[in-house]
Amino acid sequence: MAIGVKVMKRPERQVSYVRATLKGMALTFKHMLEKKVTMQYPEQKSTDADHGLGVYSLSPRWRGTHRMLTDEQGRSKCVACGLCPQICPANCIKLVPGEDEQGHRYPLIYEIDEFRCIFCGYCQEVCPEEAIHVGTHFENSEYSRGRFVYDLERLQSQTHAVSSLWDPSDPKGE
Amino acid sequence: MTPELKGYLLLSSVKMIVVFTIIMIGVALLTLMERKVSAWMQNRHGPNRVGWAGLLQPAADGVKNILKEETLPALANRWLFTVAPALSFIPALLLSAVIPFAAPLPLDFDFTLGPLGRFVHHGPMPMVVADLPVGFLFVLAISSLGVYGIALAGWSSNSKYALLGGLRASAQMVSYEVAMGLSLIPVLLMTGDVSFATIVTKQQAGLWYVMPLFLSFFIFTIAGFAETNRLPFDLPEAESELITGYHTEYSAMKFSFFFIAEYANVVTVCAMITTLFFGGWDIPFTDWDRSGGLLPTMVTWLVFFVKVMFWIFVVMWIRWTLPRFRYDQLMALGWKVMMPLALAYIMVMCVAIYVVERLLGVTSPVMGSLILFGLNLVIGFLVFGLLDSGVFIRGSGHRQQQQVLQSRGARAAVAG
Repeated sequence: MAIGVKVMKRPERQVSYVRATLKGMALTFKHMLEKKVTMQYPEQKSTDADHGLGVYSLSPRWRGTHRMLTDEQGRSKCVACGLCPQICPANCIKLVPGEDEQGHRYPLIYEIDEFRCIFCGYCQEVCPEEAIHVGTHFENSEYSRGRFVYDLERLQSQTHAVSSLWDPSDPKGE
Repeated sequence: MTPELKGYLLLSSVKMIVVFTIIMIGVALLTLMERKVSAWMQNRHGPNRVGWAGLLQPAADGVKNILKEETLPALANRWLFTVAPALSFIPALLLSAVIPFAAPLPLDFDFTLGPLGRFVHHGPMPMVVADLPVGFLFVLAISSLGVYGIALAGWSSNSKYALLGGLRASAQMVSYEVAMGLSLIPVLLMTGDVSFATIVTKQQAGLWYVMPLFLSFFIFTIAGFAETNRLPFDLPEAESELITGYHTEYSAMKFSFFFIAEYANVVTVCAMITTLFFGGWDIPFTDWDRSGGLLPTMVTWLVFFVKVMFWIFVVMWIRWTLPRFRYDQLMALGWKVMMPLALAYIMVMCVAIYVVERLLGVTSPVMGSLILFGLNLVIGFLVFGLLDSGVFIRGSGHRQQQQVLQSRGARAAVAG
């Protein structure tokens, strides 16, 4: 044999099935007494700080809907460099740059179509100003399709935690 | 109509309505219990959103199923397709009519009700809808009728999955009906009667039949699982092979009826196990339950309920423990193991009962039961020991070993 095939040792005795049944029943009964693992979703969320189900918490690398960070004056950090629409593989970012009297560039229009977005996180990676981020957020229901095009104001008003994508000192997540 | 007959009819109708209501509500709640038990065994919570702890889930399911669209396959036999759910549902409910669920209630009344006339009843009222003298035969007869609903549902759907499910159901029912009937013969030999009331009375006098007739109980329980089409014998509705078997083409309330029938069957089989082998409504180690009166009746009713609930739990417990049998394994178990075992057991018990009652002249029922219990222990060890020894049924390890030996021989022949 070219590849190793694991051959299970099958029983020759104790085949009346009664013993196996009782064994199985003991196992299932033991499970009845164990702690339940289900997350009670609307009450407990994986984004909660302490939901009592540690292992089921959302990964800090989760890439959800976007967030635009702002500076101390409440203006967006974006300098309208155009890198994010450039790199976006789904072509879902619409950016129209503007410039004020001092020559500071800022986005006149900054829209992300969350339906087209594939949540790859390239926009966050490429952003030199650490302005646009993907966030740890997954509850995105809306009453109309139009509401899924997030404009600048909406992107700035989001408050959820941003994705850390990965820890630069530990890129493979080890 | 005499006043006595009127009184009898009045009592019977009241009992009918009460039992029917309890069974229907119970069956609805059993669907919830099944889901809860399955969830707990898989470390989940189960339905807990509708009502407190999900108690209104059956109601929500019912409303949903009533409001759903009823579909009829284009080539189905319309009449049989409609009648089949009822055919599987009615026998399941009929069976619950003959099972005594509490101690007889002494009841005396004599009153006149306007134009309906005088109603009279004296003496103890048996707490069973129909106290049939042939209760046992009635159960065997009706329980085999249940297969008509399933077989006809499978056939009339005009779908190959449903047809195969129906065929399997009928083959399985026929096979296990035999073992089931035979396994109950020792119960009749012990009792000397075929009425459920006498069976319960005899168990009160002696020991519960699970002790002197353990193997009967064992075979009956397994056959009961097969009769109700529950795992590990749910081949008629094997999801992985047959979608859902005989009710593949059914939707909405007709589909629910098959489920109601299944759970009603489970209740009936569990009530039968309780009545035949666990003393029915008997409370062990006391004679107070036979003293008569409202309180003993209520308490024995509760005891019967607890016993039945325990067995229903065991049925669910096994369902969520065991995988499904293969079809040939099912047939082999039915015909090659259970039927010969039941037949041999009848012979042994015939002789044993004759020896104990006639030759040894044991008159105390408790003593006689204890002797038979000892005998059953021996038979039990023999049967399970022999089955486990790998002489009659060989494990798949044996076949594997044969193959290894064969391939070695072939290789040696090539090399030589």
